[in-house]
Amino acid sequence: MRLPDKRTSIEAVIAHIKDGDSIMVGGFGVPGTPMTLIRALVAHGARDLTLIKNDANEPGMGIDHLLQSGQVKRLITTHLGLNSHAIGLMNSGALEVEFNAQGILAERIRAGGAGIGAILSDIGIDTELARGKQVVEMNGTPYLVEPALRADVALIHADTADPFGNLAYVATAQNFNPLMAMAAPLVIAEAERVVPLGELDPNTVHTPGVFVDHVTELPEITEDYAVVRR
Amino acid sequence: MVARAAREIAPGMVVNLGIGLPTKVVNHLPADFPVCLHTENGMTGIGPALSPDRADRNLIDAGGAYVTPVPGSAFFDSATSFAVVRSGRLDLTMLGAFEVSETGDLANWKIPGKFSPGAGGGIELAQKARRVAVLTTHTDRAGNPKLKQTCALPLSASACVTRIFTDLAVIDVTPDGFALTELAEGTSPEDVQRATDAPLSIPDAPIPTF
Repeated sequence: MRLPDKRTSIEAVIAHIKDGDSIMVGGFGVPGTPMTLIRALVAHGARDLTLIKNDANEPGMGIDHLLQSGQVKRLITTHLGLNSHAIGLMNSGALEVEFNAQGILAERIRAGGAGIGAILSDIGIDTELARGKQVVEMNGTPYLVEPALRADVALIHADTADPFGNLAYVATAQNFNPLMAMAAPLVIAEAERVVPLGELDPNTVHTPGVFVDHVTELPEITEDYAVVRR
Repeated sequence: MVARAAREIAPGMVVNLGIGLPTKVVNHLPADFPVCLHTENGMTGIGPALSPDRADRNLIDAGGAYVTPVPGSAFFDSATSFAVVRSGRLDLTMLGAFEVSETGDLANWKIPGKFSPGAGGGIELAQKARRVAVLTTHTDRAGNPKLKQTCALPLSASACVTRIFTDLAVIDVTPDGFALTELAEGTSPEDVQRATDAPLSIPDAPIPTF
């Protein structure tokens, strides 16, 4: 027996994305952002997308390319502070933005990936983040109901992968990637290196390949991934 | 004031330093000081910041600064990172502020119509760290007090702040409101009261300076 080989070309996997899809995108700032898959999605041209990403990168970087090309209708995020362009789109009404507390976004995605319907949390219960949310009482304490979050597609950046889609991340490039890699029926991972089956130590796998549908090795680490000089 | 705030960190603590002024607190800790610094994007054991020339492209803090690991650092995903915050493992966070009320309410994430980039992890830090200290200038750029009877801006969390470090003073949030506990060198209690939009309890005993 051997494990299936899920290696695919970037163009072939991005072709699965349709107008109106919801797409989770890994990354916190540059680390862990699947820059090459994002560029391919710009070239592909799918529109009316809902993106779920911690932040909007910075002007001219990462998902900002999708904002600039007008492909994004809605953004579910935690913080846009480093992207004045995204804030401008939000303020003009051209981009619908839903803000979540960062750890709650993570838990909603984890719940979605784990087949759980919602989580209960008291985060933001005294603030405007609680507006419109259902409140339930558990053991005498009020909690907000935070629905689980899944998407049509997840775009993931890993450091190392094998052909089955086992993934390992490095440093702070892990962030939302392992959570998002469980929370979509179509999970596409780009990896800086794809090593032969058996070369990735099973003890160092962060995302088991069973969650991953397609793996693609980056032909090069482009300037998009480089250190940002602000 | 930053040096004074750094003395608030006790050996053995797990600490998260917010974006802005609080980030500078780390520069005032001795190199061998036993403390575990946490950052929201998935790291404990943060070492000194690096210039872009020497940076690792995959290693940043939540503010986007390039940082280094220390011996014993760990990396983890965003869910684990906020489990640290919400479970009570975070002993202290130091945050910036737009406004702090005399009951310890904190507003530091949104100015409606002017500044609304989202709170990131700020709500969870303010609501769930075991101790929340604020490090801020005493007044805003226009000279308006940041310490007030009630916050006018949207809250990050209510009744969370216990101590405030400013350029003028150290002020505790007590059941009776703001209490002056230390003064910056060359500042009088009257100076602090004039810059504060709430009554300030001033002790009869001599007030230590920093």
